[in-house]
This record gives sequence, structure tokens and C-alpha cells, in this order.
Amino acid sequence: MVDDEAPPVRARGLVKRYKEVLAVDHVDLNVNTGDVYGFLGPNGAGKTTTLRMALGLILPTDGTIELFGRDPMREGARALDGVAGFVEAPRFYPYLSARTNLELLAALDGDGAASRIDEVLDVVELSPRAKHKVGGYSHGMRQRLGIAAALLRNPRLMILDEPATGLDPAGMRDMRTLIRRLANDGITVLLSSHQLPEVQDLCDRVAIVDRGRVVYEGALADLRRQGGAGYRLRTTDDARALEIARAQSGVEGVSATEHGVGFQADEQHVAALSLALAAAGIGILTLAPELATLEDLFFRLTDEAHGADGAAHDKGAQRLVEAT
Amino acid sequence: MSSVSATPGAVAPTAERTGRRPPTARIYGWELRKLVSQKRTYLGLGLGMLLPLIFVVSQIIRGHPPRHADSIFASEIFQSGLATPVLMLTFLAAVFLPLIAALVAGDIVANEDGNGTLKTILTRSVDRGQVFAAKTLAAITYATVAIFLSAATATAAGVAAWGFHSVRTLSDTVVSAPKALLLVFAANAVFLIPLIAVVCIGVLLSTVTRNSAASIVGTMGVTLILAIVSQIPGLEGLHPYLLTQQYFAWQGLLRTPTDWSPILHSLWVCALYTVPALIAGYLFFLRRDVAGG
Ligand SMILES: Nc1ncnc2c1ncn2[C@@H]1O[C@H](COP(=O)(O)OP(=O)(O)O)[C@@H](O)[C@H]1O
Ligand SMILES: [Mg+2]
Repeated sequence: MVDDEAPPVRARGLVKRYKEVLAVDHVDLNVNTGDVYGFLGPNGAGKTTTLRMALGLILPTDGTIELFGRDPMREGARALDGVAGFVEAPRFYPYLSARTNLELLAALDGDGAASRIDEVLDVVELSPRAKHKVGGYSHGMRQRLGIAAALLRNPRLMILDEPATGLDPAGMRDMRTLIRRLANDGITVLLSSHQLPEVQDLCDRVAIVDRGRVVYEGALADLRRQGGAGYRLRTTDDARALEIARAQSGVEGVSATEHGVGFQADEQHVAALSLALAAAGIGILTLAPELATLEDLFFRLTDEAHGADGAAHDKGAQRLVEAT
Repeated sequence: MSSVSATPGAVAPTAERTGRRPPTARIYGWELRKLVSQKRTYLGLGLGMLLPLIFVVSQIIRGHPPRHADSIFASEIFQSGLATPVLMLTFLAAVFLPLIAALVAGDIVANEDGNGTLKTILTRSVDRGQVFAAKTLAAITYATVAIFLSAATATAAGVAAWGFHSVRTLSDTVVSAPKALLLVFAANAVFLIPLIAVVCIGVLLSTVTRNSAASIVGTMGVTLILAIVSQIPGLEGLHPYLLTQQYFAWQGLLRTPTDWSPILHSLWVCALYTVPALIAGYLFFLRRDVAGG
């Protein structure tokens, strides 16, 4: 049976080359049980390609990827036991109804999947439209049906490739709620995205990919701290505030910006700084966390990666991980 | 984090999993259901039924059999309705019925590749080999249904127009009407042998090219090239091994005594086309990247 010790997803030296394009370049991933794991990267970074290899849809050029210790290319469908998900937009038979599509997929799942059809249709709120042909479905409805189809498998691991892409704000919020619910139910989630805001309140751990390479893997909180995520401070006396901040222990990267003072610190030290400012008779006008955008993080991480000599990339990523 | 794997919520789903693959017969059933649900399926079946009807009606309007008929059945059709299905098979075997078979076979993998549904079904609990087998069987089933529907229509229309009477065979003997009906059925069954080869070539091309139109055209191209080769003087030695020559092996049934040799020959010659196409298609399907959709 399934090796419960083996992690839900483990990739080692994963490579996929399409002729001249190196889509995935020696990727290592470690998704642990219970993670809501963000797989972040700009368009074309190689996220979908990596997930296709995870699901056994394409053959790696080199390296391995295992789900619960099983290699989908060697073990075929068996490696997908307890695993569900989709890459890119979920696709269905447009000439069949949503329910019939699910009946078909349940027949290919076995293990009582058919008995869950009503339930999963309810979860994604498609029950009233279940008799309609999928050909007439909106993009958002298809995304939801994709989730329903994945839930049919009663998975322990869900692989979702940019599930919120193309959804309107309400649809995105519903998708987030749904993913949080899956996580609460104990399902490990591997969620790819090209938008940091989409994953930052959902995911505890992330891998950031750029041009096929993992430039960071670890806790999102650690990344924020190092990646330049920090605070912005505006006071009644920015010049003195700058001096005080520089003198304060635990407060780093203090700089004068056009809108006041920027610095990095954890919450405990932020509190201490605010007290120090108050003690010095300086009034705080604004003290706001400033999240680095994904682009900022990318530039930082990839500058480091591409800046030095050939092997510097791995070292750069490694340094970030070790620094945590 | 890994300690979470010991919580009941995370383990419960595994407990009920049997790890057994759903049977291929079930996948095959759904492949048929997909065919039945697509309008395009009825195009081929409908044409296969329409052509015999057009033939019978036009002959009734014309009112007399063709004078310089090259098939003896052409002069026979007014004598017995049972000559019609035999004549129709002669007409349709070379191009039309292979085309009908290729329409579905060439589409059966490529269509799902284009729609992206291949990735949907290949991320369930079935192995790729099962999906390939189910699809090939479904395409063969379709070809079978198509030729028997066409034959049944031709028989029904012929009998309605000209009656259920005995027929003269290629050996100039006469067979009774019930025996002739049986021979019509058997002739179509024998024609199925090369048609299965056509289907397998279609499925192979569908798997490799990922393009329905290219697969259908390619399958017909194979038939066409073999037909041209059979016309080239000096290549007569190849004739017995051409797939297109096997399209007419069923005519051995219409002799007295029955000439089994072209039929047995057709069996192994067709296997020379069917088996490599099947193996190549299967291996390709197992390894191919599903990168579309
Ligand atoms: N089937 C394919 N053939 C050729 N190149 C591909 C194919 N799929 C992806 N690529 C290339 O691989 C790179 C990574 O693509 P992808 O994995 O889709 O990125 P992402 O999902 O992160 O946006 C891109 O440069 C893309 O053009
Ligand atoms: Mg993608």
C-alpha cells in the first residue's frame, strides 16, 4: 500500500527540455503532509510543466518526481492513488452534462467515486446546473467543475495549477475559501500561481521558480523577512526617527525613502521601535508593513542567482534557505 | 508537519482505497457513450445508410438494369433484392467504408488531445494501456456497426424493392434466398478483417499526429497509395500483400464451392498491417507527452 512515510511530493533534479527550451531545469521540491504549498513563478517559469510531470502526463528528460514515494512514469495510474488535480484549465467533454462528465470520471476512478458526485457538486455549488452541457459553462464554472472532479477522488494530495486564473474577484475569493477548506480537511495542497497575493494568505511554504529553476524553497514568512519585505514609517520627525531606528537592535535595512523611513524587522522589534519613538517624543503618523511584490522578490532572488558565476544559482538559493 | 499524516482525517481516505484499476470494459463502455453523444458519429453511419437508399431509389426510377454491367450482380438486382447489398459492398469497399472507419479511428485520440480531455482522463485511476485498448475497441466497434448498418439498409431496401428471392453467384450457380442472406452477412464480416486494419492504422496516426484531419487524410492516403501501387505495371508481385487487395477477399464466399483461400490469405496479410500498427500505437501512447490542453 501507500508508503505513509513518503512525502506527498518529492522532486529531485527534475529536468524537462523541449528542443531548445529548457522548461524545467533541475528542480527539487519537497511538499510535506499537511502543507498548503505555493508554487510561485512568472508565466513561462515552468510551473505547469513541473506539475504535468508530477501527474505523469509528460516524461521528464532527467531526474525524478514522486508522489507518496511513487513515480508516475514508472507506476502509471497507481502513483496517482490519493492524488487529484489539474494542470492549466480543467477540460471536460463539452457535449456531456457536468453530471455525466463526473460519472465518466468516477467510472475511471472506481473506489466509490460515483457515490460522491452529488456531494462534490454541492461543494462547488454546481448542483443546480449539473444537468447542463459543459459546453455552455463559463470559465469560472469549469474551474469549479475541475475542483469537483478532483474531489471525486477523495484525495490526500491536490495539485492545482493556477486555479484562480481568469476568475472575477468573487470567483477568486470563493476559490481561496474552497482551498482553505480543503486544507482544513487535511488535504495537502500544491498550488501554483504567478501572483503572490493569491498565495500569501493560503500557503505556509513556497517554492519560487524562475526560468525553470527553483530560486527559493521554504517558509513564506522567512522569505518575506529576507526578500526585502519590511515596514514603512512616517513620523513627525523622520530625520530623528531614522537615527533611532538605526540604533534599535533587531531593526535592519534602515533607509530614508521619499515617503519616510523603510526598515525590516519582526513584529516584536517593530513594537519595541514604536515605544522607542514614543519615548523620544516622536509621533507616528504611519507604521505599515510593506509587502514586497513578487516581482521585487524575483528581482532580488534572480539577481543573486544570475549575478555571479555559473554555479552561483544553486548556492544563492541554498544561502537563502540556510539563512532561515 | 509529517506528524499530521497520523491524524484520522489524512489516513481515512487511504483505508477505503482498494488500489484496483477499474476494468477496461468499463472504459470501453464510456468510449462508446462518448461516440453515441457526438453528432459527428451519426454522419458516417447516416451516409452509410443513405447511399444504398439512393442507389435503390435511382434504380427504381431508371426502371431497367445497367446493360454493360461489370459486376454480374448489377444485372441481377432486379431479380432479387439480395443482390443489392452485395453490389453495394462492391461499390463501397474500396473507398467509402474505409473512409467511414477512418473518420472515427483518426479522431479518437487526436480529438481528446486537442480538447485537452486526454489529460483529464489520464489523471484518473486507469493506466494508459487501458485507455488505448478501450479507444481502439470503440473505433473497431464503430466500423463494425457502420458496415452492418449499411448492409442492413441495402438488404432491406433491396428486398422491399425487388423481393426476397434466390441469387446467382459468381460461379453461376443459384443459392436460395435464406442462404444468400447468410452470405451477405458473412461477406460483410469478412470485409471487416481489412477494415480493422484500416481502423488500427487510423488509431496509430491519431496517436502520433495528434491531429484528427491529418489522421483521417493519412489513413485514406495509405489506402490510396496501396491502390495506386496495385496499378503500377511490374509490381504485380506485391498484389497479394496489399491491404487494398484484401478489401475484396469476401468475394470468395460468393463462389460454389466457397473459395476460402482469399479469406485465409486476407486474415494473415491484414494481421501484417494490424499488429504492427497496434503495437506502435500502443507504445507511442504509453510514452507520449500529453502537453496539450
Ligand atoms: N509542449 C511544449 N513544447 C514546447 N515548449 C513548451 C511546451 N510546454 C511548455 N513549454 C515552454 O516551457 C516553458 C515553461 O512553460 P510552463 O511550464 O507552461 O510555464 P508556467 O506554467 O510557469 O507559465 C515556457 O517557455 C514554455 O514556452
Ligand atoms: Mg502554467
